[in-house]
Amino acid sequence: MTFLARHRIVLPVVSLAVLLAATFYMQPRAMSYFGLNLLFNLAVPIALATIAQMMIIMVNDIDLSLGAFVSLTACVTATFLQDAPLIGALIMLSLILSYAALGALIHAFDLPAIVVTLGMSFVWGGLALFILPSPGGSSPEWLRALMTVKPPFAPMAVVAAIIIALVTHLLIMRSGIGTVLRGVGGNARSVGRAGWSLIRLKALAYGLAGLFGVLAGMTLVGLTTAADANIAMRYTLLSIAGVILGGGEFIGGKVSPTGAVIGALTLTLAASFLSFMRLSSDWQIGAQGAILILVLTARLIFRQGGRT
Amino acid sequence: MNISRMLLGAAGIAMTAGLAHADAHSGDTSEMRIALSNNYAGNSWRQAMLQTWKESTAQAVADGVVAAADAYTTSENQATEQAAQIQNMILQGYDAIVLNAASPTALNGAVKEACDAGVIVVSFDGIVTEPCAYRIAVDFAQMGREQVEYLATRLADGGNLLEIRGLAGVFVDDEISKGIHEGVDNNDQFEIVGSVHGDWAQDVAQKAVAGILPSLPEVVGVVTQGGDGYGTAQAFEAAGRDTPLIVLGNRQDELQWWAEQRDANGYETLSLSIAPGVASLAFWVAQQVLAGEEVPQDLTVPFLKITQADLDEALASTPEGSVANVSYFLEDAQQVIADAE
Repeated sequence: MTFLARHRIVLPVVSLAVLLAATFYMQPRAMSYFGLNLLFNLAVPIALATIAQMMIIMVNDIDLSLGAFVSLTACVTATFLQDAPLIGALIMLSLILSYAALGALIHAFDLPAIVVTLGMSFVWGGLALFILPSPGGSSPEWLRALMTVKPPFAPMAVVAAIIIALVTHLLIMRSGIGTVLRGVGGNARSVGRAGWSLIRLKALAYGLAGLFGVLAGMTLVGLTTAADANIAMRYTLLSIAGVILGGGEFIGGKVSPTGAVIGALTLTLAASFLSFMRLSSDWQIGAQGAILILVLTARLIFRQGGRT
Repeated sequence: MNISRMLLGAAGIAMTAGLAHADAHSGDTSEMRIALSNNYAGNSWRQAMLQTWKESTAQAVADGVVAAADAYTTSENQATEQAAQIQNMILQGYDAIVLNAASPTALNGAVKEACDAGVIVVSFDGIVTEPCAYRIAVDFAQMGREQVEYLATRLADGGNLLEIRGLAGVFVDDEISKGIHEGVDNNDQFEIVGSVHGDWAQDVAQKAVAGILPSLPEVVGVVTQGGDGYGTAQAFEAAGRDTPLIVLGNRQDELQWWAEQRDANGYETLSLSIAPGVASLAFWVAQQVLAGEEVPQDLTVPFLKITQADLDEALASTPEGSVANVSYFLEDAQQVIADAE
C-alpha cells in the first residue's frame, strides 16, 4: 500500500494497462502497429492539451478556456500557418505571449483564474469564428506528413506520447526552473521569499500552457487536415480529467507530466473501449464518468491505506 | 450495362417484395458489414432517421444482403469524437461506413484513414469534403427553384410573393433562398415583395409574417423553407387576409392544416422537404459500392414531395410533431446512381 501511495504514477499505468488488455481482448485487430496508431493518434493533441492544463494546475489555477484556445490555434494552423507561414507563426507567438500576460494579470490583481479563463474562452471562441467562419482550411503539408509518419518499431501515436512525456518530465520534474514552478503551487510565499519573482513565474507557467495549447491545435489539424471553430471544445474538460487521472492534484503543485500523458491516453482509450462494447451512446458519457470515478476512488483508497 | 442494370432493378423489386433472396447482385455482399456513424440524435428529424436506418437495415440483414448494419451515435456532437469513432470502426473491420458528419472538413483525416484501409465511406446530409468519400448531398437550391416552378403552374397570371427564410447565416438558408430567387428570375410574372426570417420554426415565422403583413400589397403565393408554413398561414388568418398559396415543408402540423383547409374549401398546394429516410438511401448506395457497382462520388438526394393526391396517406403515416418520412430501397439507390451518371 505504501508503495502505491509513494509512487503516484503506478495507478495511472495500471489503469491504462488494464483498459488496454480489455480492448485487445475485445478487438484483437487493435493489437497491431496499424491498430495502435488508429486507437491513439487522436490522443496526441489531447495529451498536449492535458500538459497545457497541467502547467496551469501546477500553479494552483485552472484553465476553462483551453478547449476554445486549442480550437483557435487549430483555426490559425489551418488558415494562416498554411497560406502565410510567417504571419501564422507570428500569430502563434502572440497567442503564447497573451497567455503569459494573462498569467501575470491573474497574479498581479489576484484574480480568480477560473473566472478570467472562462471569460477568455469566449474571446478565443470569437476569434476562432472570425478567422474561420465556416469549417474549412487545410493542413500545412509538413504537418500532415509529421502526423502520418510511420516510424519503425512503434506507431507515431506511441512515439509521440513517449516524446511528450519525456520532454515535459525533464522540464518539470528534473530541471531547476521546473522545480521552482512546482514550488509556486506548493508554497508560493516561500518561493517569493527565496527571491523569485512570482509574477514572472506565473507568466512562465501560463506561457508554457499557451505553447502546449498551440502544439495541441497544430497536431490536431495535422490529423484532421482541416479545422472548424468548435473543433476542440471538449478538450477543456478532457484535459482537466487527464491531469487528475494521471495522478495530479488541484492544489499543492503535485503534478506528473508522465501521468498526464497516460491520463490522456486512458481517457481516449476508455471512449473507444465503450464503443467496442457496443454501449448505447446514451450511456457512454455516464460510463466514461464512471471509469473516472473508479480510478479516483482507487487512488483515494490506496492513499488512505498508505497513511495508516 | 443497361441489361445488367435492368436485372439489378428487377432483383431489387423482387427482394423488396419479399419474393426472392438477393443473390442476383453482381457482387455478393452477404458477408460484409456496414456501420452508421452519426453525430447527433437530439431532434425529431434525427430520431426518425435512426428509426428508418434500424427498420431498413434489419430487413436487409434478415434478407441476407449484408451481415450487419450497426448504428453508432457519438455521445457528444463533436468532430474529434466522431473522428475517433470512425477510426474505431476501421479497427472493428467494417467494410463500409455510412456517415452523417459533425463537420464537413474536420473528419477528413479520419475518412482518409478509412479509405486507405479499404473501407468505403458514404456521407449523407452532413457530408464530408474528402475526395475519396461518396457524398449524397441535398440540392437545396433546386428545392427553392421547384417551389417557384410549382407556383408558375398554378398561378399563370403571376403576382406578388412573400419569402420566408430560415436561420440567418446558415448555408442551407442561403442555398434555398438562392434557388427561389433564380426561380423568380426565370418566371418574371412573379415578384418577391417581402422577405422575413422564420428560423424554420412555426412560432417565429408567425410573428415575423404578422409583422410584415400590414406593409404588403396583395400576396398570391408564399415560398418557404419548411417548418414555417403553418405559422405563416396562422398569421394571414389573424390579419384577416385571404390565405395565399403557401408551399409547405412536410411537417406534421403543416400537413394537418393542409388537410383541414382542403376539406373546408378545396385548398390545393405542394409540400416538399428532405426525408430523414435518406439514411436508408445511403445504406443502399454503400451496399451498391460494396457489390462492385460503379458509383459516382457525388450523388444528389431526391426530395420527398407530397402532392394533393398523397396528402391523406402522408398525414396518416406521420407521427404528431414529426416530419413526413420515406424509406428508400435498392432500386431508389440505383435510380439515384443512374441519374448522377
